[in-house]
Amino acid sequence: MRFLEIENLRKVFVGSVGVQHFDIAVERGEFISFLGPSGCGKTTTLRMVAGFEQPTAGQIRIDGRDVVGLRPNQRNIGMVFQSYALFPNMTVAQNIAFGLKIAKRPEVEIKLRIAEMLEMIKLPHLRDRFPYQLSGGQQQRVALARAIAGKPQLLLLDEPLSALDAKIRASLRSEIRELQRKLGITTIYVTHDQEEALAMSDRIVVMSEGRIEQLGTPFEIYNRPKTRFVASFVGTLNVLRGEVADPQKGTARVDEQEIRLAQPLEGTKAGEKRAFALRPEAVSLAEAEPDRNALRGTIEDVSFLGAIVRIKVRLKENLVSLDTFNNQASPPPERGQPATISFAPADLQLLDGAEA
Amino acid sequence: MKRSRIGPWLALGIGTAYFLIPLIATFEFSLRLRRGEYSFDAYRVVLADPKFQAAFGYSTVIALATIVLGVLLVVPTAYWIELRLRRLRPVVEFITLLPLVIPAIVIVFGYLHTYNSSSLIPFTATPRGTDLLLTLGYVTLALPYMYRAVDTGLRSIDVRTLTEAAESLGAGWGTILFKVIFPNVRVAILSGAFLTFAIVIGEFTLASLLDRPAFGPYMQLVGANRAYEPSALAIVAFIVTWGCMGIIQLFGRDRRAAMPAH
Repeated sequence: MRFLEIENLRKVFVGSVGVQHFDIAVERGEFISFLGPSGCGKTTTLRMVAGFEQPTAGQIRIDGRDVVGLRPNQRNIGMVFQSYALFPNMTVAQNIAFGLKIAKRPEVEIKLRIAEMLEMIKLPHLRDRFPYQLSGGQQQRVALARAIAGKPQLLLLDEPLSALDAKIRASLRSEIRELQRKLGITTIYVTHDQEEALAMSDRIVVMSEGRIEQLGTPFEIYNRPKTRFVASFVGTLNVLRGEVADPQKGTARVDEQEIRLAQPLEGTKAGEKRAFALRPEAVSLAEAEPDRNALRGTIEDVSFLGAIVRIKVRLKENLVSLDTFNNQASPPPERGQPATISFAPADLQLLDGAEA
Repeated sequence: MKRSRIGPWLALGIGTAYFLIPLIATFEFSLRLRRGEYSFDAYRVVLADPKFQAAFGYSTVIALATIVLGVLLVVPTAYWIELRLRRLRPVVEFITLLPLVIPAIVIVFGYLHTYNSSSLIPFTATPRGTDLLLTLGYVTLALPYMYRAVDTGLRSIDVRTLTEAAESLGAGWGTILFKVIFPNVRVAILSGAFLTFAIVIGEFTLASLLDRPAFGPYMQLVGANRAYEPSALAIVAFIVTWGCMGIIQLFGRDRRAAMPAH
């Protein structure tokens, strides 16, 4: 059931367009991430949903209600900020109670809710501490508790983990997702960290230059990138430059060797120069097999990373990177050795846009 | 002692002497009321004088009113500038510095011309009206100090994010100002408040020309008619001012560090 609907959202700043042609529908209880580099418009979009920015055009509906004309304090949202934004003059308990007091909830209910939230974030022993007495991770947990204490209909998180170190980020990530699942709150999560987006989301909106590049599940985004930007931004990627041989058969030539894709190359012409995406984990060092593509080249670089061995194979113009697991029984190949790389047609993706 | 350290110590010594010697001399003179021995008689005379109590009490009340009005004017203004109108900051800063360059006597003559008993807004027609005019005049004189103190305090917290956090939790502007902003600039407000208090207690020009029974004109009157008591009064006024400074320092040691500013 559609809970949050954003239609043709647009935001123009002086001299630049922040967001354009933004359309999504979010289901109730869904966890959706806005992923993209700095300046792509993800935070601007989030702030328009929150009410801190006024859209230039477009509609935002929450549970069927148009909220564009409403102030943030009228939208029943909870928001978690990158800088935590805890009120320095209030204790942890007072911070959590803030929204409840504004809503004039009974004192008994407020006390119970504070205790419940503190248990949920596992910090009941810190209820009387002030924000300056907490670590970054603790502050962010309190910020989360404060945001959801009032049972908002929508939870918005603006890069909440980016100020924390990697280890705490990883553990908080799981906690946030677990909490969200338990409470069933519709959530929008803004991040530039692809790992976060892939690990936490039901769906991801990949953005670039104010536009949606692709909307899909983490599996779709990673394995079926629709544009070159998505393919290169999410995960590491090999981009093979070649030319279309037979669009109907789905064949192409890369460095004078033929490759085959799993579907016809629609919208292309024979001889057209195009690029093809291939994930390193889809490539293996193996001789030609039926139903798989095989390309011959020379090993240009080998990096032993412990459990993973990263190998780069030079074809002619193209350099293909592949990852294999360390094999104790056989050492990695050496530079200069001839090699054949193999991959399934289904692992190849035609990228948008002609090559120069 | 290394040569490089002599210079700073010498400068400090000369500065301290320049400051302390007249003070010590004034204090010493104030103890000479009783012939042949030092005593605090001049202080007893001054502090027991009903006119002193009335003048000091009057100035204290006016100072408190000035502080309240100043805070109510400056804090929301500085907050709004910080939140939404940063481009206007240089203009507002210029305006708040004007009282430093426009002499008090010019301000009060302007007041008398504009608000005299024959004008459209006859503040000076009644004593209470004149008290109000005096308070507004003091708000103007204290503006550079109050604004600067509050602005510094606001810049040390992330005003925008705190405001947005409060708004996202359902707070309106009143709640944001009084429950979030004011408490987090409390120290800055207090600094401005005590500076204002020190200014008002010692101010002479406005109070004298508006003919109000304030402490400044009282000190001048005593100085014109007595010998030792004015020195005692000067020391009392000095203690009051330094007391305010000390309290600012005390409150300035607030350990609850605010959020880092953006």
